[in-house]
This record gives sequence, C-alpha cells and structure tokens, in this order.
Amino acid sequence: MRIVVQETPFDFGAEATAFANGRHDMGAVVTFTGIVRDLAGGGLEAMEIEHYPGMTQKALETIAEEAVSRWNLGDALVIHRYGRMTPGEQIMMVATAAPHRKDAFEAAEFLMDYLKSRAPFWKKEHGPASAEWVSARDEDEAALTRW
Amino acid sequence: MSQTGNTLEMDVLYFAWVRERIGLPRETVTTEAATVADLVAELRSREARYEAAFEDLSALRVAVDQELTDFDAPLHGVREVAFFPPMTGG
Repeated sequence: MRIVVQETPFDFGAEATAFANGRHDMGAVVTFTGIVRDLAGGGLEAMEIEHYPGMTQKALETIAEEAVSRWNLGDALVIHRYGRMTPGEQIMMVATAAPHRKDAFEAAEFLMDYLKSRAPFWKKEHGPASAEWVSARDEDEAALTRW
Repeated sequence: MSQTGNTLEMDVLYFAWVRERIGLPRETVTTEAATVADLVAELRSREARYEAAFEDLSALRVAVDQELTDFDAPLHGVREVAFFPPMTGG
C-alpha cells in the first residue's frame, strides 16, 4: 500500500505501469485518475487545493486500510496533489490490484467515494472575476451509504 | 500541551473558508471548554469574524487531534482541534 500527498505533478503512465508490473498473483489492476475540469462555460483559470498536512496522510491510509480489509486486494495506491492546478492537469489517482476484477473495481470506487468526502482536501475554483470554494455535494455524502 | 486545573491550552486550526472568515490559519487557545461545542461557543463570543465563521454548525466539520469527530467530543487531553467545511477531495 502506498499513499502519496504531493504538490508536484505525477506521471500517471509511469505510476500505473510500476503498480501493475511484476504481479504474478494479481489478475486485475484498476486505475482511476481525477482531472481538473473547466467550468461549464469555460474560464477556469486555476483550481487550488488546500489540505490539512498533519491529517491528510493518516486519513488516506485509514481509507486504504479499510479497502484492503474489505476486499480481496493485493495492493492499493493513492496519489493526491494539493496546490494550484490548471484545467487538464491530473489531481489524483488511485490504483487497486486484486486476483479478480470485481474486487479491484469495487475497492477503487470505495476509495474514490471515501476520499471525496473523508480526506481533508478543499477545492477552490479561480474564475476570471472571482474565486469560489467548491461546495460538497449531497450525492457525494450519499454515495458513502452504499458501502 | 499544558494543563492546569480545568484550563487547557490547544492549537486551533482553520481551513478553507473558515480560515478566510476568521483571518488566520491557526492559533493557540487557552480555554476551560469541556467539549468542542463549548469551545465553539467561547470563540463565537469573542468577535464578529468568529461568529461569521461558526454561525451554521451544520456547514462545518471538526477534527480533534487529526481525527474527524462530532461537536460533542470532549477536549480533555486534546492538543489540536481543526474546523473546516465538508471536504471536497478527489
């Protein structure tokens, strides 16, 4: 299990390849990448992500440990950035490895659902005229109830 | 942190718009508050900017010693309390 919280960009291809390589007992690797999306009408200058340095790593580890205990997983990877990013940049990724794909898919979804609303990150969208904190969505909170 | 009688000294941290409303990211607070809710009441009574940040507790989350918890959590032995809006990771 590897949890990385960093400001700098990561190489998604290299991370995915390194994560998938050399596993003879894992038949499935699932990856997900979150990307900075422009506003509906365009004009997003930057997405700023604030986090709680003392808590972030621990919170992500707790979520990943929960995933490993609930599904038959061989390994899990979470990389999450903070700081200022522009549309198209990769914000974060998760990867899961399991003997079978169902565990890998479900655990990846679980990781995503939990780190959206239980990991201490806050997004702020900088538009041309103003900057606004992104509100948490009710659907994101509701998504946790299915687990 | 130090503790004399019922007086506690702890770091209080603010994130995102809570930080912006209060105007600082962290401060050391000396308090006799028994719970997070008591601490919030004490902060609210200080100044308008605290009142503005804490006016709707349903819009806030709290972590005690870097673990998410509730507003009725006790503060005994606690070193760090953080207030922030619902998280928006991913």
